[in-house]
Amino acid sequence: MSDASFESKPIENEAQFGDFFALLKPRVMTLVVFTAFVGLLAAPTAVHPFVGFCAILFIALGGGASGALNMWYDADIDAVMKRTAKRPIPAGKVTREEAFAFGLTLSVFACVFLGLATNWLAGGLLAFTIFFYVVIYTMWLKRSTPQNIVIGGAAGAFPPMIGWAAATGEISTASVLMFCLTFMWTPPHFWALALFMRSDYDDAGVPMLTVTHGRPSTRRHILGYTVLLAALAIALGFTQVGGWVYLSVAIVLNALFLKGAFDIYRRDEDMSEADNFAVERKFFKLSLLYLFAHFGAILIEAGLDKFGVAL
Amino acid sequence: MSLTKQHELHARRKGRNTGLALVLVAFVAIIMGLTVVKVKSPGFQVPNVEGTNGN
Repeated sequence: MSDASFESKPIENEAQFGDFFALLKPRVMTLVVFTAFVGLLAAPTAVHPFVGFCAILFIALGGGASGALNMWYDADIDAVMKRTAKRPIPAGKVTREEAFAFGLTLSVFACVFLGLATNWLAGGLLAFTIFFYVVIYTMWLKRSTPQNIVIGGAAGAFPPMIGWAAATGEISTASVLMFCLTFMWTPPHFWALALFMRSDYDDAGVPMLTVTHGRPSTRRHILGYTVLLAALAIALGFTQVGGWVYLSVAIVLNALFLKGAFDIYRRDEDMSEADNFAVERKFFKLSLLYLFAHFGAILIEAGLDKFGVAL
Repeated sequence: MSLTKQHELHARRKGRNTGLALVLVAFVAIIMGLTVVKVKSPGFQVPNVEGTNGN
C-alpha cells in the first residue's frame, strides 16, 4: 500500500486544526449563538440547561457547517477577493473536497443531533436553514441578483426561530418576528457598509446593489428597509417576548436608526465624500448596536419574566 | 522501520490529532450527558419491547 498521499501537500501548507475551525466562520457563528440563545431563553417553555446548551451547540455547528459548504462552493470568488483570499481553501491549506466532506458531514450531524436532543421541528428548521444558505443563496442567487444581501440575510435570521422551536416545538408570532428583525436589519446594515467600503465583489463578478442599481438607489433601499424594520421591531414588543424594557429600547433605537437612514437618503456622493462618509459610518456602527440591543432587551425581558419581576 | 519510532507525519499532525481527540471526548461527554438528562426527565418512559417481559 502506498502512503504517497501523506506527502501530497507541502509541509508548511498542511491544514491544522484551526484551519478546519476557520471553515466554520467563527465570527458569523457568534451572532448565530447569541440570537439562538435569546430565542431559546425567551420561549415560554423551560428547557433543561444541558439540553439548552446542546441545542445552542448544534445550532452553532449547523451554522458553521453551512459556512464550510459556502467556502467550498465560493472558493473561486474567495480567491479573487482580498478579504477572503486567506481563507483555508484559497490559501491552499484545505482542499475543496475536504471542505465539502467536512461541511456535509457536520450538517447532517448537527441536524440529526438537534432533532434527537430537542425535537424534529428544530432539527428540520436547521436543515432548511443550511439548505437555504448553501443552495438557494450561495449556489443560486448570490451570483445572479443584487438582492443577494436580502436573501442571504434570511439564512442568518433563522437561529432565534430555531432556538424557540427547540424549546417549544412550535413556530409562533414572536419567533417569526424575531426572524423578521434580523432579516430586515441585514440589508441596511450591509448596504451602509457597501457605501463607504470599496467592495471587491466587482472583481469577483458578484452583483451588488451599489453597482447594479447605483448608489442613490442603494440609499433609497436603505431608507425603505429601515422603515419596514422599525415597524416589525416595534410590533415584536407587543408579542409575548416584549415588554416595557424591550419597547423602550426599540423606540429609542428605531428613532435613531430611522433618522440615520433618512440622513443617508438625503445625501449625495459629493456630500458623503466631503466628510469621508461620516453619516454612513455612524449608521453602520449604530446598526451593530441596534441588533445586539434588541436581542439583549428580549433577553432581559425573559430574565425578568423568569424571576417574576413585572414592569 | 521500527514500530516504536514516531513517524514524522505524526509529529507534523500532532496539533490536528490532539484537536480531534478533544472533539471526540467532548462528543462522548455530550451524548452521555444528554442520555442522563433524558432518562431522568419526568416524561421518560422505558420503551415497551415485545419479548422482554418473559411471556
